[in-house]
Amino acid sequence: MTDSKPSWLDKRIITDEDAKSITRVEELAYDLKVSQAMTRNVKCLTPDEPMIELVELFRQNRISGAPIMADGELIGIVSMEDLIRALTSLDQYAPVSKYMTPAQLLITIHDTDPVIEAIEIFTRTQLGRLPVMDQNGRLVGMITKGDITRGVLNALQKVYHAEELRVYRASHLFEDINSDRTSLILRYNIKARDFTHGGNASGNIKRALLRLGANAQLARRCGIAVYEAEINLIIHTLNGGVLRVQIEPYRILMRTTDDGPGISNVEEAMQAGYSTASEEIREMGFGAGMGLVNIKRCVDRMHLDSAPGRGTVLDMEIFLTPEEGFRESGFFDEEKE
Amino acid sequence: MKLTKIIQLVEGTVLTKNVEIDREIEGGCGSDLLSDVLASTHAISLLLTGLCNPQVVRTAVMADISAIILVRGKNPPDETIKLAEAEDIPLITTRFGMFESCGRLYRAGLPSLDENTSSCCECDD
Repeated sequence: MTDSKPSWLDKRIITDEDAKSITRVEELAYDLKVSQAMTRNVKCLTPDEPMIELVELFRQNRISGAPIMADGELIGIVSMEDLIRALTSLDQYAPVSKYMTPAQLLITIHDTDPVIEAIEIFTRTQLGRLPVMDQNGRLVGMITKGDITRGVLNALQKVYHAEELRVYRASHLFEDINSDRTSLILRYNIKARDFTHGGNASGNIKRALLRLGANAQLARRCGIAVYEAEINLIIHTLNGGVLRVQIEPYRILMRTTDDGPGISNVEEAMQAGYSTASEEIREMGFGAGMGLVNIKRCVDRMHLDSAPGRGTVLDMEIFLTPEEGFRESGFFDEEKE
Repeated sequence: MKLTKIIQLVEGTVLTKNVEIDREIEGGCGSDLLSDVLASTHAISLLLTGLCNPQVVRTAVMADISAIILVRGKNPPDETIKLAEAEDIPLITTRFGMFESCGRLYRAGLPSLDENTSSCCECDD
């Protein structure tokens, strides 16, 4: 990660409307402390300095407000609006104390407060900046909407970076291990009738493949195939079954195994629209008779071995083209095109 | 079409918290049969459905669906909402039925991504 910020980052400001509708960012806004986003070492003024001083101070530092300090205490804040008021009254040599918002009228925030607190204050009031105080009531910084935008974006970048790092590590797994034939095996025990957790295993498999560097299309094909197979174990088996995925540089083999009841007519089961699912299961959106058909469409080779009383083994295999498969850059190639 | 506009068109309510709704939607499909959804060869942007069990969200993850609208004012169980939040998929409820919801979006120009699943071809294109 680099420390250089993109230029647009400095330009974007959260409007009050945005601030209200923030969703995903909200979570970060709760985690992030004011002290992590605020500006430290703020430019301060003494109460008797003339208003005209603000012109240069604001311009040079690209700020629009500054705290007024006397004997180490915050006694007020002066803003661009105060400066305009003084200028329009041709009163530019008046002391800043005449135009500042005095301390007793200021809303302040603690450095340990979450950033969401500041967002709420900005939304509720018309304020553009808040003085940040420590536990002893001393000024330690200022926070503006721009500071929050930057702070949250930096935090988001860290979250994104962490996932990128995981993908990077995983995608080099096969490169780092030397053997004549390396395969990674994922195994999941699937319970019968457990609709609540149904699909968890498939979700994990899809995520694992993406982290290994599979392109979106490949992850989707595998995801759909194992999901249909996982749901079949949940709906149809007596005692659940095992979902096993074997990942190799040029091949992915997905297999479900169960111990019954087995399928009496495999050919019939393979037909689109054929289903033995109960009404209850159909109400949940399953049992359209498309499961095996979908699987077949998604994989390169499919084999269903079953007999009543013996259980079922379903093999689903996807072959990776040399372009898709393991090369020096990683386990799978990057997204094509 | 922006998801935010879609939400307006169906007068929908967002049920998920902390899930970004500012995303682009390329087209939609309406179905109560999850395997029909999975039979689509393209990544579907928006799913309209009358189902509200957690499997709807699981299906969405597999089919790369970026948002789900629950029709007929359905209120899903908590686990469905939690799963949608964990998987970063916005869950929206509308009081309109399937026909009217789809109609409103189609009329506003959202393309259909429904596919004829009987003419199976290969999965990748």
